[in-house]
Amino acid sequence: MQKRRVVLTYPYKFIDQPIISYLVKKYDIVVNILRAKINPKEEGRLVLEVSGKEENLDRGIDYLKELGLKIQSLAQDIRWLEDRCIQCTACSPLCPTGAIEVDRKKMTITFNKERCIACGLCIPACSYKAIEILF
Amino acid sequence: MAKTIAEINEKIKKGEVVVITAEEVIDIAKEKGIKKASQEIDVVTTATFGPMCSSGAYLNIGHSKPKIKLGGGRTYLNDVPAYGGFAAVDIFIGATALPGDDPRNKIHPGEFKYGGGHLIEDLVAGKDIKLVANAYGTDCYPRKKLETWINIKDINEAVLFNPRNAYQNYNVAVNLSDKIIYTYMGILKPSLGNANYCSASQLSPLINDPYYKTIGVGTRIFLGGGEGYIVWNGTQHNPDVPRTEGGVPKTPAGTIAVMGDLKKMSPQWLRGTSITGYGVNLTVGIGIPIPILNGEILQYTTVKDEDIYAPIVDYSKNESNILTEVNYAQLKSGKIEIKGKEVPTASLSSYAKAKEIAEILKEWINSGDFLLSEPVQLLPSVGSKIGFKPLKERPIE
Repeated sequence: MQKRRVVLTYPYKFIDQPIISYLVKKYDIVVNILRAKINPKEEGRLVLEVSGKEENLDRGIDYLKELGLKIQSLAQDIRWLEDRCIQCTACSPLCPTGAIEVDRKKMTITFNKERCIACGLCIPACSYKAIEILF
Repeated sequence: MAKTIAEINEKIKKGEVVVITAEEVIDIAKEKGIKKASQEIDVVTTATFGPMCSSGAYLNIGHSKPKIKLGGGRTYLNDVPAYGGFAAVDIFIGATALPGDDPRNKIHPGEFKYGGGHLIEDLVAGKDIKLVANAYGTDCYPRKKLETWINIKDINEAVLFNPRNAYQNYNVAVNLSDKIIYTYMGILKPSLGNANYCSASQLSPLINDPYYKTIGVGTRIFLGGGEGYIVWNGTQHNPDVPRTEGGVPKTPAGTIAVMGDLKKMSPQWLRGTSITGYGVNLTVGIGIPIPILNGEILQYTTVKDEDIYAPIVDYSKNESNILTEVNYAQLKSGKIEIKGKEVPTASLSSYAKAKEIAEILKEWINSGDFLLSEPVQLLPSVGSKIGFKPLKERPIE
């Protein structure tokens, strides 16, 4: 079993197609939708956690790419701007997945992109605009 | 044997001074004992880096041709209103000032993207600032409108002047209500969802000199990356509060007013701050050297997180409502227990950056660049009867 977090971007012509259902049925992939932004006549964006056998995940992703959908790792869409961060820790208790961790000895922040689900809860808690989610 | 500030300065000049941070002193004093440590250590550096609302800067922008009198008119810097009720071209920027078209909390919680604090950061960073002013015009100052770019390097004076900074201890904020609230202590989730604190605790300047026995008017300090001075007690300075056996206040207490040359400061240590749902602020870096004049002064600087208590206050109520108290070792562990519930904690002030400032100040003193100053007057201490009074409201008939 493998787990990947991806951002799926697709043109509006696919909005009425049950792509996620195909992913589940055809490729035996478990899909957890973490975030979705789908507006009529606009590009849609989904943040997904997909899990399954490695070969199934690869085949499923190839299927999406063949359809013409853009797919990329979630980590590429999230930025922690370390030079803007003052290491205050205000964001840390709001993070539901532990992606923002505090080294209790040094009282410094570490940001683990792989654990981030792009929920955005940390963004209003940061007074220094040190976290960016690019969608 | 007791030391004087003049003797410590002689050691600084000769390169013989022993300087350590308020964090390092804890273990060293424990190992050597107070008496021996106080003889060997000359200076303990303390620091803090957190949002401090009562901050600002005054500028003298120089006279235009023809001249304009900004006083009595309206002046904006990057659309942020500046106070001009002085002579012709002196203006004051307050850290919390907002442009007229900022939506504020119309869509709650407001984002407060740009204001006085950001303006001060941009000015210090050497960025060009857009000045727009309107005046009423006089025979000696005929000009009525001015629109120009200004830069900190071109104007006459730029001075940081903060009426209240470096609070000696502060509340821990929680929310007992069933709705999320947006406060100057950050986002507070409902039903004790989190607890926010704001102090450099064992590194904090006034916590290390709790009765203000060395810190006073005229004390030279690290301010915003440059040198500054304590010029008065801060507003709301309130020394007569409950204290621990070691003298550390158990609630917010002392404060300082500080000033220094903004031209020599750094945007790294003066940061514009956007507090969601609350407003704009300035995060200020302050470092204060404590001269170890005797064993008693050293003893105060050995204060550690476990010995410093802060009140837990419910910010969902308008009246201050202290639930219980907690120490900073507990707060820094990441969770505390309130009413039987485990509550995650977070800090608004940066301990890591405070430590960096304490190290920089140590380096300045070690290199001989920074001499200690003798305060001309100590801050009002316990028994001074300086209090923190509420407003006595009298209805205007």
